[in-house]
Amino acid sequence: MSNSLKETGTSPAVAVRGPVAEAARRVRTPLILVVLAAALAVAVVAGLALGSVRVPPGQVVDILTGRAEASPLRTIVLDVRLPRVLLGAVVGAGLAVVGAVLQALVRNQLADPFLLGVSSGASTGAVAAIVFGLGTGLATTVLVPVASFAGALGSLVLVYTLARKGGVLTTSRLILAGVAVAYILSALTSLMLVTSARAEHLRDVLYWTLGGLGAARWDILLVPAAALAVGVALLITLARPLDLLLVGEEGATVLGLDTARFRAAVFVLTSLLTGLLVAYSGAIGFVGLMVPHAARMFVGAVHRRLLPVCALMGAVFLVLADLAARTVAAPQDIPVGVLTALTGGPFFLWLLHRGPASEGNRD
Amino acid sequence: MLRTEELSYRTAGRTLVDAVSLQAAPGETVGLVGPNGSGKTTLLRCIYGTLTPTGGRALLDGDDLHAIGAKRRARRLATVPQETPAGFELTVREIVAMGRAPHKSFWAADTAEDDRIVDAALSRVGAGELATRRFAGLSGGERQRVLVARALVQEPALLVLDEPTNHLDIRYQLEILGLVRSLGTTNLLALHDLNLAAYYCDRLYVLEQGRAVASGPPAEVLTPELLAEVYGVHAEVAEHPATGAPTITYLPQRVSGDVPYLGKYDAVPTGEPHPSGM
Repeated sequence: MSNSLKETGTSPAVAVRGPVAEAARRVRTPLILVVLAAALAVAVVAGLALGSVRVPPGQVVDILTGRAEASPLRTIVLDVRLPRVLLGAVVGAGLAVVGAVLQALVRNQLADPFLLGVSSGASTGAVAAIVFGLGTGLATTVLVPVASFAGALGSLVLVYTLARKGGVLTTSRLILAGVAVAYILSALTSLMLVTSARAEHLRDVLYWTLGGLGAARWDILLVPAAALAVGVALLITLARPLDLLLVGEEGATVLGLDTARFRAAVFVLTSLLTGLLVAYSGAIGFVGLMVPHAARMFVGAVHRRLLPVCALMGAVFLVLADLAARTVAAPQDIPVGVLTALTGGPFFLWLLHRGPASEGNRD
Repeated sequence: MLRTEELSYRTAGRTLVDAVSLQAAPGETVGLVGPNGSGKTTLLRCIYGTLTPTGGRALLDGDDLHAIGAKRRARRLATVPQETPAGFELTVREIVAMGRAPHKSFWAADTAEDDRIVDAALSRVGAGELATRRFAGLSGGERQRVLVARALVQEPALLVLDEPTNHLDIRYQLEILGLVRSLGTTNLLALHDLNLAAYYCDRLYVLEQGRAVASGPPAEVLTPELLAEVYGVHAEVAEHPATGAPTITYLPQRVSGDVPYLGKYDAVPTGEPHPSGM
């Protein structure tokens, strides 16, 4: 009797302790996506309901579904909070997907658009466009995202080239190159700001240095939302070759991937996405580090499953983080980048401390 | 049919592979042997495509392996890289399924047929029960079998393996080579162990300083004279009574003044200076 009890007691425990089986991951992924979509809906409603003025969730739903009459609350929900919540969802989804893709590209789970200097490059590009640009109207709306993309691509290529020596990409070189490039770029940004004659630049540019969603308005949502939709869709179609990158450059080549061309395509796509998001939200760090890591625990490293899960998880994460940023020190509006750094920094240190498991290229 | 025509690879002023012409007929297992630095790995990399030959060509059934591009090449030629990084917690099945990539467009999902091919390859190498394990958690022998399964999933005509028995226990060395031979593919193997090469290969090519200096069935190639010339060692070669394959026994280096058993061969290494100056 005691024997049979012991047996039934241990076998499920053994099954749970092992890695999640690949077949189980396949079955579980749709379920996880549904749960995350529901979580996103809840996060959005919470983001719309909470703040300096509380709106009951039921009323939020009424307003969203068009059943509420015009009122100050309706204006707060639809015109003040909704663009901000949506921008948070778009930026969070995009940064998480870019993070997962960059981690495959450099085969290192410590990669993140912020840590690799990509976000800094985008910020520098955007600030340069504001300071030296024609200053108003269409010129700014076109110039800023383009300059932001160019800055992101330039810094990504620079960091990758610096980190890669003799065909080997080590964690330490990657992090050092990313940090050094990010520092140089943020110094450049500061230099452009303090030498700029116009005081209002300082206010505009604070967003890029701290990373915040406070600039969100309906009229700026279109570009990042379109960038997210196109960028993520394209990256998901590249899921299979992204998987091949995980077994190294030689491994990918012998499995039929033209690695040089594919890497160039991924550089452009991730820079485009990062540039177009950072142009509106500033450099929000560590979302692209933490979210892919958590997503892999649920669905594994295969990108067909990983990228959609990252997108939804990143959206939920940043909507909730921004909600916290708006409310924890109310009426102060903390830039959400400060909060993500406060949570992501220690997480990064923990990953680093875990040691060889993170040393993607040396095993 | 694999054929290299005067294949050469030069880099930084050095010739690592020097006009090597070799052939492997369909279904044949051909071994590439030679001392360290003789150019085996470079030659194989020129064939499986991670290096571009600087001279000559490698042809598979008449098609230039370099000109056809990585994806088409990977449908016809599979290899097991010497090192496969095992990060990101990939499962064995996920690693093996990567072998379907050259047959699929970027965005196409795996079909039931792909799953069947992956399962068949896993059981073919006796790794069916490993399917859900983490690749990183496997032993060296298990990893090697899994990577052979991935190569099989590519459904190649030609299998190119560089030291597939490296770092493996002897039992796994025999297992892997027996498996490779049983696949029915054309196999080109670089091997360190001459006795294994003699037993498992139909023909051998001997490389020395980038040149193919001898070729033919193991019994014709692996002579004491050649071993002295190319490897600079004394050895006896005999047909093994059980396997029928030539079997090499290495004899300890002669210490001057003490030559109890080397009379038969000791004229060879001393008679002619070795080209490498050894």
